[in-house]
Amino acid sequence: MTAVLFLVVVALARIAIVFSFCFGLVVVFTWAERKGAAYIQDRRGPNRADILGFRAWGMFHPLADALKFLFKEDFIPDNAQRLFYQLAPMFAVAPVLMSIAVVPFGPDVTIFGRRVALQIADLNVGILYIFAVTGMTVYGVVLAGWGSGSKYPLLGGLRSSAQMLSYEVSMGLSLVGIFMVFESLRLSRIVAGQGELLFGFLPKWGVVVQPLGFILFITAQYAEANRTPFDLPEGESELVAGYHSEYASFKFSMFMMGEYLHMVIGAVVVATLFFGGWQVPFLADTGFVLPGGASVPLPEILVIALRTGSIFLKSLFFTWLYVWVRWTIPRFRYDQVMRLGWKVLLPLSLVNIFATGLVLLLLGK
Amino acid sequence: MAIGIKKVARPRKMSFPEALYLVEIVKGLGVTMRHILGNIVRQEGIKTIEYPEVRRVMPPRFRGRHRLMKRQNGAPRCVACFCCPTACPAKCITIVAGESPDPAVEKYPVRFDIDMLRCVFCGLCVEACPVDAIRMDTGWFTPPDDTREKLIFTIETLLEK
Repeated sequence: MTAVLFLVVVALARIAIVFSFCFGLVVVFTWAERKGAAYIQDRRGPNRADILGFRAWGMFHPLADALKFLFKEDFIPDNAQRLFYQLAPMFAVAPVLMSIAVVPFGPDVTIFGRRVALQIADLNVGILYIFAVTGMTVYGVVLAGWGSGSKYPLLGGLRSSAQMLSYEVSMGLSLVGIFMVFESLRLSRIVAGQGELLFGFLPKWGVVVQPLGFILFITAQYAEANRTPFDLPEGESELVAGYHSEYASFKFSMFMMGEYLHMVIGAVVVATLFFGGWQVPFLADTGFVLPGGASVPLPEILVIALRTGSIFLKSLFFTWLYVWVRWTIPRFRYDQVMRLGWKVLLPLSLVNIFATGLVLLLLGK
Repeated sequence: MAIGIKKVARPRKMSFPEALYLVEIVKGLGVTMRHILGNIVRQEGIKTIEYPEVRRVMPPRFRGRHRLMKRQNGAPRCVACFCCPTACPAKCITIVAGESPDPAVEKYPVRFDIDMLRCVFCGLCVEACPVDAIRMDTGWFTPPDDTREKLIFTIETLLEK
């Protein structure tokens, strides 16, 4: 009985922690986006919302936004197909949230004599599950575009779904190299594999063994998340706000949340697959083991803290990279996006698979 | 004149590393990072004027909100001659004249209202005034307000500045 209870409590605790991590990061992310944009463009950015005269560099603006969205009228246009219109925002948020389930946030830990994985579910098809589930976010875009019963969302939805689908292909293919190197789809195995050393001194991170794969994957991911330089679905001059033009109030906020969650989880996935996940270079279970043979023993609790802290920092960096890139690079034209997707990324990812296979064959694995 | 052909300079062809974009993107990221770090460390790069707290100094000839001048004894200098409402293209000035208690002065404005919502800040009232009673040199524009009524400035408001 206690065993079952323990498992339930652990499962719920893991879900609660991961969810609050994601949503917390989304809140910080929206703030960092606005403030970072401002500072990059030599402005001050949001700094007016205050609680009892305490402004905290505009940190309360996401809160004010959320409250504002809650108090807006929940409007449904006359021409909308009501069911699809209401389903679309749910499709934008739920699948993205589901995909975080397979990401390991640390090595297995022992609590009350039981091993607990710091991961909601350790699926053996881990990364395929992420693709399958995030692939469903396209439904949100399509349903919103179609269900709004208006021309701009329809065009925006069409454009957006075409873009997401075409980059999905090269995104999936760019990861095949990673599976080949680490010989598993299970995320915990991939992360464990990245703890090894290459030539005795180089951490065997995904980005080291698959540099091309990393560039392809992160490019495809920016396109997938509809982010600059591929933020075509939104274009004030030609499409208004794209597929969510007709949405207001909390439904719109769900789209925004879905978009930012997508990026947060994208950042976590990049950190997991290409930057060692929770691995810290040269940190073994007992402490630092440097390539020269020197070692610094550390208590177990500190090692776990370092490792979970490292994935947290890595995800933070990659979420910041989304902001950083957004305010650096101008957007592509639509035909350029499509050409890059089909004529550059897709052949390159195939070449990457071939080259990886060749190297593995020559190494005799 | 015969129609000539003018050669317009075309963008230079990109070299291979440039066409890959990767190096250029990293350079661009460097530029934006320099801006953000510079702006966090020193705030001087930020051009924003934080409006209600910090006010921009207007140039001396800026035509801003009006003020009425006073005589040495504190009475309004205006003689209610109706030159300014006549000159006003927006018809935003309302004057009600009264007999002045001061024997040296013939008339004075009992009411002098300017509807700031209609005023176009053309400065013709200032030009028209024979006694230099109305000026627009406060160096400030009309502050926003909650109701229309509050934006009809009465003689008391105009004499304040």
